[in-house]
Amino acid sequence: MINSYVIDRRLNGKNKSAVNRRRFLDRYRKHVKAAVNNAVNKRSITDMEKGESISIPGKDLHEPVVGHGQGGNRELVHPGNREFVEGDRIRKPQAGQGQGKGNQASKDGEGLDDFTFYISQDEFLEFLFDDLALPNMVRKDLKKSQEFERHRAGYSTEGVPANINVVRSLKNAHARRIALGGSKKRRLREIEAQLAKMKGTSETTERKRSKLEAEAAELRLKLRKLPFIDDFDLRYNRHEQHPVPSSAAVMFCLMDVSGSMTQNTKDIAKRFFLLLYLFLRRNYQTIEVVFIRHHTSAKEVDEEEFFYSRETGGTIVSSALRLMQDIIRDRYPTAAWNIYAAQASDGDNWGDDSPVCRELLMNEIMPKVNYYSYIEISPRDHQDLWYAYEDVQAQYREAFAMAQILDQAEIYPVFRELFQRREAA
Amino acid sequence: MTVSSTRPGAGADRPRAREPISRGSDWDFELIREYDRHIAEIAADFGLDTYPNQIEVISSEQMMDAYSSVGMPLGYHHWSYGKQFLQTQQGYQRGQMGLAYEIVINSNPCIAYLMEENTITMQALVIAHACYGHNSFFKNNYLFRSWTDASAIIDYLVFAREYVTRCEQKYGVEAVEQVLDSCHAIQNYGVDRYKRPSPISAAEEANRQAEREEYLQQQLNLLWRTIPVSEEKQQQRERRRFPQEPQENLLYFIEKHAPIMPTWQREIVRIVRKMAQYFYPQRQTQVMNEGWATFWHYTIMNELYDRGLVTDGFMMEFLDNHAKVVFQPPFDAPYYSGINPYALGFAMFRDLRRICEDPDDEDREWFPDIAGSDWLKTLHFAMENFKDESFIQQYLSPRVIRDFHFFAIFDQEESLEYEVAAIHDGRGYQRIRQMLGNQYNLASREPNLQVVDVDVEGDRSLTLHHVRDNNKPLNEDADEVLKHLRRLWSFDVHLYSFDNEQVIKEYHCTEEGLHHGAEGEDPQKFL
Repeated sequence: MINSYVIDRRLNGKNKSAVNRRRFLDRYRKHVKAAVNNAVNKRSITDMEKGESISIPGKDLHEPVVGHGQGGNRELVHPGNREFVEGDRIRKPQAGQGQGKGNQASKDGEGLDDFTFYISQDEFLEFLFDDLALPNMVRKDLKKSQEFERHRAGYSTEGVPANINVVRSLKNAHARRIALGGSKKRRLREIEAQLAKMKGTSETTERKRSKLEAEAAELRLKLRKLPFIDDFDLRYNRHEQHPVPSSAAVMFCLMDVSGSMTQNTKDIAKRFFLLLYLFLRRNYQTIEVVFIRHHTSAKEVDEEEFFYSRETGGTIVSSALRLMQDIIRDRYPTAAWNIYAAQASDGDNWGDDSPVCRELLMNEIMPKVNYYSYIEISPRDHQDLWYAYEDVQAQYREAFAMAQILDQAEIYPVFRELFQRREAA
Repeated sequence: MTVSSTRPGAGADRPRAREPISRGSDWDFELIREYDRHIAEIAADFGLDTYPNQIEVISSEQMMDAYSSVGMPLGYHHWSYGKQFLQTQQGYQRGQMGLAYEIVINSNPCIAYLMEENTITMQALVIAHACYGHNSFFKNNYLFRSWTDASAIIDYLVFAREYVTRCEQKYGVEAVEQVLDSCHAIQNYGVDRYKRPSPISAAEEANRQAEREEYLQQQLNLLWRTIPVSEEKQQQRERRRFPQEPQENLLYFIEKHAPIMPTWQREIVRIVRKMAQYFYPQRQTQVMNEGWATFWHYTIMNELYDRGLVTDGFMMEFLDNHAKVVFQPPFDAPYYSGINPYALGFAMFRDLRRICEDPDDEDREWFPDIAGSDWLKTLHFAMENFKDESFIQQYLSPRVIRDFHFFAIFDQEESLEYEVAAIHDGRGYQRIRQMLGNQYNLASREPNLQVVDVDVEGDRSLTLHHVRDNNKPLNEDADEVLKHLRRLWSFDVHLYSFDNEQVIKEYHCTEEGLHHGAEGEDPQKFL
């Protein structure tokens, strides 16, 4: 009697816990978000594509259960006695604490440490995009790492039924039938011709005729057994994945670091740059990032200095634009590079500098860049710079976007046009 | 059940002429079946009576899934299982902990999981341990027989999961989650300890559910009737006492009597209660269940070897693993975390066999009934008719106490010192046996909470009593648990903690929150 059944379950889904995991993340959204935010501020903007370790204080996710607390009288049996005899007295470790002995202590102590786990890259970006209020379509777009295109690439002998190439397969079948049946058909025709010519009913003729007829019957049978189409006739359309040819892009980050820019403003700006970076990475294989910060004079710096060093003083935006222009001329010829620029500022500018900026942008920079986006992170009324930029936007509707924002959820609209344009292309 | 009269175990004398089933450590399905066939044969020779086995080979990811749903093949969705999963995954992927070799489910057929990463030796070990050890325990131990219905559990789980999902769709995930959170907080109080439950069956459950909904509502309406009674009558009548007897099954009490709980919530309370009931026997038979399974994998593996079916290498690997499973660190080791149930259970069953087969004077004095008796009969009897508490009190032998170097510590709250109450000597055996047995007594491991009163005609508040065991207070979680209880009950909840009929601490959970000050009526009145 067989009483056991062995079943291979390995092919069943392994993600039975996915829903529960999701529920958990939802419940502790606040914690996860805080950790993600923290990570965004700490990481380089070119380093967003990995998971993150999330820590949640154990007491926050403790599930309460009634049990005995410390105190009272208790008797416990332990193993491994070496030197004790009945009646021995041992000092308690801490007055009245009674810790360190047996189950009780470990039970009460459990779960108070931080609970740490990892979220994947996808989840990390998901939480990040949540804050940025990205539409789903765009999220999906940004998370894809490399673009492939399928190209027809001849035929193959293996494939899925949907890809059968009918004409090819029938041609093959026809060829096979000719190859395997040709000689037999020829012989059959000969025999038929002979039989038709044969006359008289003499015994030798009869014998010859019946012999020929037998051979003919056998040939016909063989011919009939030739399948019309066979497995190895089948041909399938073959496709190959070709990575989409992509070229290089350079991204300019321009930021005002004058005294009026607070760390909070800079953090918002960072997300703005980050988003542009993620978008570019999706479209270009190599991306270089140039950080230019400016107050009254501009300077090319590394990321750390860009976001976190503090400066004071006035603001001359055109200094940054000039530097950008120089760098483009020296290092990024427009023939080889797609150029993107993102500028963040609180809107301050030296009084008579704004017209200079306008001219620079209109005449020198805009003709060279694919896209220029500008955000003004400020609750105040617009100043000269904004109006100067509006002129630029009027002329370069396709390639210039600007917006005034107060918090990070408002960054995305700046990009909307850019994304839409890419979708359409 | 019948115990086979042919005596296995004589194989040691037989020449080991046979070719082993396999060499090397790789496994395939044919090989697993082959081992299972031989193990089944040996198990039958020893009279192990089992449900049919459903052996499922799974990957380590799937094992983590199984792990985090308390070993159930399917359960309702809840964030706490997600937390469990993340914890397991974290530990496993960083190599901080290995996964259990096996998970086995008390169902008919008995489902056991084998991990694909294991060697054939481990697979054979797991088959012997889970598919024949645990399996026969599930089928024959009295607690399991009276508390669980192995043939219905899978269906019930399906029912529960579907019901919870339906509720989530209807009332929202968050609303359902809140009820489940609250139920989980008191799920250890979902069992009638002294009353046998009716077995669970999914079909009946679904049928009766609608009926129950209506009936319940009627009952409640009666109990909570607010139609005014004439003043004269009111005065004549004694205050109705409800419940008439204290109730220990909090979940049941809430399910049946919570004043304004919607029916779907009552259903969910019921589901959690039924799950708690299903696990109730397991919580009381850790030592026995693991000891029994370990005893049998040890015995079966040795029998395989004696019959020449496995190689020396196989045995070395097995023994290495076995030794790790039954290792008991001493109390002062840094990784000591209490008594290892595998070690204690295994030692006790082994010693029981020894007492039967090779008794000495001490055994004859301590166990006059079983010394020298048929070991198989004795072991089966012990497995079938005890739980941890009584098993230890009945069968813990002086020899096992000596081998483990057990000693008892008496910890008095007001004393600055611990007292060694007993050690493994003539005066201590009985005491240690008693204390260790009591340590596994569920009633003393969990605080004694009972519903004593509902203010039916007043503010509908619920009053509970906690009777302290040796003046042990409730832990800090009690505050949170009480809030959960209030959420389920929807009206104020009062808890009085007693020692020697004196109120030591009070808990009052009202809409405004929780406080510990004295309040309201004399708490002694229900004593």
